[in-house]
Amino acid sequence: MNKNVNIKSIIIDKPLKLDCGQTINNFPLAYETYGALNEKKDNAILVFHALTGDQFVSGINPITKKDGWWSYAVGPNKAIDTNKYFIICANVIGGCLGSFGPSNTNSETNKVYGTTFPIITINDMVNAQNNLLDFFQIEKLFAVMGGSMGGMQVLQFISNFPDRAKIAIPIACTSSHSAQNIAFNELGRQSIMADTNWINGDYANQNKTPDKGLSVARMAAHITYLSKNGLQEKFGRKLQERDDLKFGFDADFQIESYLRHQGSVFVDRFDANSYLYITRAMDYFDLTKEYGGNLSKAFEKTKTKFLVISFTSDWLYPTSENKEIVIALNAIGADVAFVEIESDKGHDSFLLDVPEFLNTLNDYINNSYLTI
Amino acid sequence: MKQEFKIISDFIEKNTRVLDVGCGDGTLMEYLKTNKEIDIRGIEISKSNSQKCVSKGLTVIEGDAEKDLTQFPDSSFDFVILSQTLQAFLNPEIVIQELLRVGKKAIVTVPNFGFWKVRLHLLIKGTMPITKNLPDEWYNTPNLHMCTIKDFYNFCHDRKIKLDKALALHNEKTSPINEINLNIKNLSAELGIFLIEK
Repeated sequence: MNKNVNIKSIIIDKPLKLDCGQTINNFPLAYETYGALNEKKDNAILVFHALTGDQFVSGINPITKKDGWWSYAVGPNKAIDTNKYFIICANVIGGCLGSFGPSNTNSETNKVYGTTFPIITINDMVNAQNNLLDFFQIEKLFAVMGGSMGGMQVLQFISNFPDRAKIAIPIACTSSHSAQNIAFNELGRQSIMADTNWINGDYANQNKTPDKGLSVARMAAHITYLSKNGLQEKFGRKLQERDDLKFGFDADFQIESYLRHQGSVFVDRFDANSYLYITRAMDYFDLTKEYGGNLSKAFEKTKTKFLVISFTSDWLYPTSENKEIVIALNAIGADVAFVEIESDKGHDSFLLDVPEFLNTLNDYINNSYLTI
Repeated sequence: MKQEFKIISDFIEKNTRVLDVGCGDGTLMEYLKTNKEIDIRGIEISKSNSQKCVSKGLTVIEGDAEKDLTQFPDSSFDFVILSQTLQAFLNPEIVIQELLRVGKKAIVTVPNFGFWKVRLHLLIKGTMPITKNLPDEWYNTPNLHMCTIKDFYNFCHDRKIKLDKALALHNEKTSPINEINLNIKNLSAELGIFLIEK
């Protein structure tokens, strides 16, 4: 990871009691902003990133030199228009792009934390990020939004801070991580831990990196972000730069080569221990249980206007799980809209160029801004 | 059918919670929002219509009223509107029950299959009627359970559903429907508009 890039961050001196019992303080929270905060400070949108995202939502990511993870949606004249709105996005704690995470050095031991870093939850992530509102002196955000783990943070944020956002847009997410999703995350973690370079998480102190394990974790996860139809249409049984099968274990098929590529570029930008910590946070997420089995109770105190969005081909966070959020909100008469967008791009739909999604998002945001 | 919207709007009191079932592209919701100080929600089965509504900033959920009304608690709305949609349900009887559970009152409008032009079409031409209000062919119509004003009137009567108001609409003119003029209105009106409660 390139440490020379200028990463904005705040130091949070207020002690934060984590769900695991430990308290952290004086820790960094890295963030990026886009657009400008207006005088009334009523145009701020807090965007939450997903598992492998970061604070670089739009424009060119200074680390990867590629487009920011939500470039299709966020930017000048885009669905979330940076000419109108002030976008804030923080790297989650537990992450590896400047926020307090397992790749940080423990000042007491002078060693990289690795797996001595405390376990982080979605609740801890949003509690840390709430400090950004104080930093920017924003009383109330116009909106909070995010997809996948970002959507979970939206739900947790509103439940923790019912008065701090006018609208909330959780996309392709869930209120309670399913067994299937825990299973996929466990697969990824075991793959990392099976790499001999992981060394019980101490690899950074021994100048090693469990690249193979992390790469396989990414490959497996990547499949879950796509759909069967999407894969079939894009790759089918097409061969990779060869006319016939080679009767070996090279990447004969394009899909194999594609996944290997996804794995190999991922290890250049992501820390293996962060992958363990963040997937764990997702697995532990169960807002329904937090409220005694009644998800509606999580939102009883809020007047926030919700828009829940799911995608037809998303089998990781299927429409049925998104609808549970809608049902819980309707049960208490909350203001909730819901649409399921037709797309064959799977869970990744929210990150991609899906015009129906982007147009609906754009119009909803702009109309809500005018009427709220 | 602007007149229908106006009548629906007249039925609805200020500062109430309203649900528009089968809200289409949100035209009625927008009309009511601008003309009444109400908190209005919608439910719509079509993807493109739901997206149109949400794009307008309306609180609409994509869903099937025959399944998804169950998520709303009893009497959670003051008024539930069902505008020219009843005939498209698989089970209109259960939908009416649900409307009266979720809403304290329901406003139901019914395209009248007993309208004289409809009857004449079938009598003279011998084919399924196609009119301004019923523009589809028999093989592609979304209407599964067409009824007449008289049918709906009797339906409510048989189930002890209170008819607070019953109006007949023809050529943008309204007139009350009652026991005595029922047969006449059933012939002369294009649309029946009913305010009902349990």
